[in-house]
Amino acid sequence: MKYSSQMVAKPYFIFALILLAGEILFGLILGLQYINGDFLFPEIPFNVARMVHTNLLIVLILFGFMGAAYYLVPEESERELWSPLLAKITFWVFAAAGVATILGYLFVPYSTLAEVTYNNLFPTMGREFLEQPTITKIGIVLVVLSFILNIGMTVLKGRKTVITVVLLTGLVGMAVFFLFAFYLPENLVLDKFFWWFVIHLWVEGVWELILGAILSFVLIKVTGVDREHIDKWLYLIIAMTLVSGIVGTGHHYFYIGTPSYWLWIGSIASAVEPLPFFLMVLYAFTMAKQRRIDHDNKIALTWAKGTAVISFLGAGVWGFMHTLAPVNYFTHGTQLTAAHGHLAFFGAYIMILFTIISYAMPIMRGRAHGNGPKAQAVERASFWLMVIGMLGVTLALTAAGIGQIMMQRWPDTEALSFMATQAELIPIYKVRFAFGLMVFTGLLTYLYSFFVKENTTVNA
Amino acid sequence: MAERITKNMARNIYFGGSLFAILLFAGLTMDTVQKVPELSNDVQITEAVASGKNLWEVNNCVGCHTIMGEGAYYAPELANVFDRRGQANEEYFKSYLQAWMAAQPLPNNGRRKMPQFNLTEQQVNDLADFLIWTSRIDDNDWPPNIEG
Repeated sequence: MKYSSQMVAKPYFIFALILLAGEILFGLILGLQYINGDFLFPEIPFNVARMVHTNLLIVLILFGFMGAAYYLVPEESERELWSPLLAKITFWVFAAAGVATILGYLFVPYSTLAEVTYNNLFPTMGREFLEQPTITKIGIVLVVLSFILNIGMTVLKGRKTVITVVLLTGLVGMAVFFLFAFYLPENLVLDKFFWWFVIHLWVEGVWELILGAILSFVLIKVTGVDREHIDKWLYLIIAMTLVSGIVGTGHHYFYIGTPSYWLWIGSIASAVEPLPFFLMVLYAFTMAKQRRIDHDNKIALTWAKGTAVISFLGAGVWGFMHTLAPVNYFTHGTQLTAAHGHLAFFGAYIMILFTIISYAMPIMRGRAHGNGPKAQAVERASFWLMVIGMLGVTLALTAAGIGQIMMQRWPDTEALSFMATQAELIPIYKVRFAFGLMVFTGLLTYLYSFFVKENTTVNA
Repeated sequence: MAERITKNMARNIYFGGSLFAILLFAGLTMDTVQKVPELSNDVQITEAVASGKNLWEVNNCVGCHTIMGEGAYYAPELANVFDRRGQANEEYFKSYLQAWMAAQPLPNNGRRKMPQFNLTEQQVNDLADFLIWTSRIDDNDWPPNIEG
């Protein structure tokens, strides 16, 4: 570690991993409720568990992004962080606000939460992923602004690299598009239209810039490949991302009351969306092949390659499956959407966090060359448990989605009702739950790898 | 392929391509915002419909149901629930919804449960008005059949 202020990243990473454990735990609760509707009812109704599941996901990714930025920006800018103190304060404010909001979901009925946080004065609540009380949303804006100020000042005062400029662009874009979370029109169609400005333009737009920047940083460090080369690839990937992803928002505007020209525009633009992910696979594997150093932290490179491959599968392949309007007519809002969402989020945004954490954490813990071979072997097992587990979850949800379409959507006459269809799918949901347990086991194994003691005595 | 592209070319593709995409998307957004009122019968948004939408939000209905295919996939699609359960009669649909909401949670063993939200009669009527308005949005004939 070159700069002592990089250490502020550590609590961000640790907290992100703790939140991830909670996120998966609530995923398991939801998985059981899919099998037995009485599970934890009325203590934790499905909608509450789902809010906790998805909101923890968003918050943990934000913590991870912040940790990643605090770690890599000083090193790239070749100077200390502008204000380590501000980064520490931001951490505690964000952690407290996040925990308070989650406890609010769990222990107060949602309508009461809306009432006591004066949602009637400034309504923003009650939309998927944007369930946070208005006061929490304002808090998120303040935290993100102070974070961007800190990163921005460090970037501006130091050496400017393509990686930091792309990262900063992604972060500013993230803040700008979040402002649409405060716009809640009476017209449901307009509400939905601009809701996607936050959701889609985050995950299929500016977040991909952040992802590309973090991936590039780790690839430079563990392969020693020439920066010029890395920069070129990064530009190409994010160019494809934004060209396809921005207009690709249109693949959400097929069946929500928006004009029918979106059927064509959304289909065409979003059909290109797998391309940047495919480039990312080529990128990671080409850099690994052309590497000039053999870094001892081999598992970090494994995570980097895994990020590229699984995000290509989850976002690229599983996204393309149902992105064309005539296909989406039948798949829209089925378990197929859930299948895509799970693998895309895991591959792109959870695995990139494992990549940076597995690279940076050993260094912050005084192991410049990465963890020892025993710890890396444990971590490699956790990699496969989580990857295979998530692929299993995704395949099960895909099967459920296809079943749902065949029974409920496709038939013109004698289609099964939603509830009857779901009852038929319970065996598949059991398979999904089993693979979910595998993912959780994988995470526990990952966490355990931090505590593996290396044998310092030399074996004969 | 990547060998023939220089870093400067890649950067120009990034800036040029993004600018083009942003301008195109901004233009389409302006056009969409102008067309939505007609497609959604904006003039039919009464005080009751607006209040119903607010109730939909503050009770987190989207945490289980979908509406025009968006939301959670745990409970039935509701953008066409008026078509499915209302027998093309607004008064019938309102009395149906009153009875349905009052009966929650259903006692069936193992069935997915909807909580009891303790809404007033007026609130359930507003919610019904919101769902009736939603069912009339021109959403390119989605869903494929009445089951949603």
